Amino acid sequence: MPNARITVAERVPRGAPFEVRIQVRHAMETGYRTDDMGKSIPRNVIRTLTCRYNGDPVFVAHTSSGIAANPYLRFFVLARASGELTFEWVDDAGVRESDRVVVSVT
Amino acid sequence: MNPRAASDMARLRVRRRLLQSAGALAVITCVPARAADSGLPALPALTAFLAGRTPRRERISLDLPRIADNGLSVPMRVSVSGPFAPGPFVRKLALFSEINPVPDMAVFEFPQPLERIEIDTRIRLAGTQQIVAIAEVTDGSLLAAAAEVIVTLGGCMDGT
Repeated sequence: MPNARITVAERVPRGAPFEVRIQVRHAMETGYRTDDMGKSIPRNVIRTLTCRYNGDPVFVAHTSSGIAANPYLRFFVLARASGELTFEWVDDAGVRESDRVVVSVT
Repeated sequence: MNPRAASDMARLRVRRRLLQSAGALAVITCVPARAADSGLPALPALTAFLAGRTPRRERISLDLPRIADNGLSVPMRVSVSGPFAPGPFVRKLALFSEINPVPDMAVFEFPQPLERIEIDTRIRLAGTQQIVAIAEVTDGSLLAAAAEVIVTLGGCMDGT
């Protein structure tokens, strides 16, 4: 079960930018917090989130602890052809996750 | 009208006048502060990113609430107004924080020409500060915007 929720309109007009929304489930641990035992919790934030459209990168976000937990991003992508948007993100712990959504261009 | 009510009325009138002058004073004291921050804050991370280049303060807008109750999650929108096609387009958009422990908040890249540059996200703020957004255009020019947010509760507190 992917840890993200992605929203794209059901149909998007060709040649125009369309809205993409993604929220990833991730604590974005800053490294400044301590657990119940007073031990510091190591930093673990998403470093990079890449969005590819039919394989070509169209949006890349390099994030830090300055982005809130469960990062939310809304951006635009130019509708070229029907296909899919794939998202891949990697955090400090090296955990790599991905998710995809189908885009139908009319 | 009985004398008691009349004196109450007089007191209210005085109070109102006092409040009005206090309001006027607040407006006057705010103006120089707004005018003074027309330049970008001197942040080492920002200086490093600019590398001697001077951004123009136009075409980019950074929307943040003036007051954020909780620094853990502050909604933000940054947008750059076009037109971009077929000319130079925005390649990169960087966000800088004035007082967060990590001043380089985020960098967004647009590998392909795009007509609509608009990003919404939620940011963490350690306290009251200015946020700076810089857009890098493919013709080498830089666009900048800054916004100040008053943060009531800093985002570095253990809020969970």
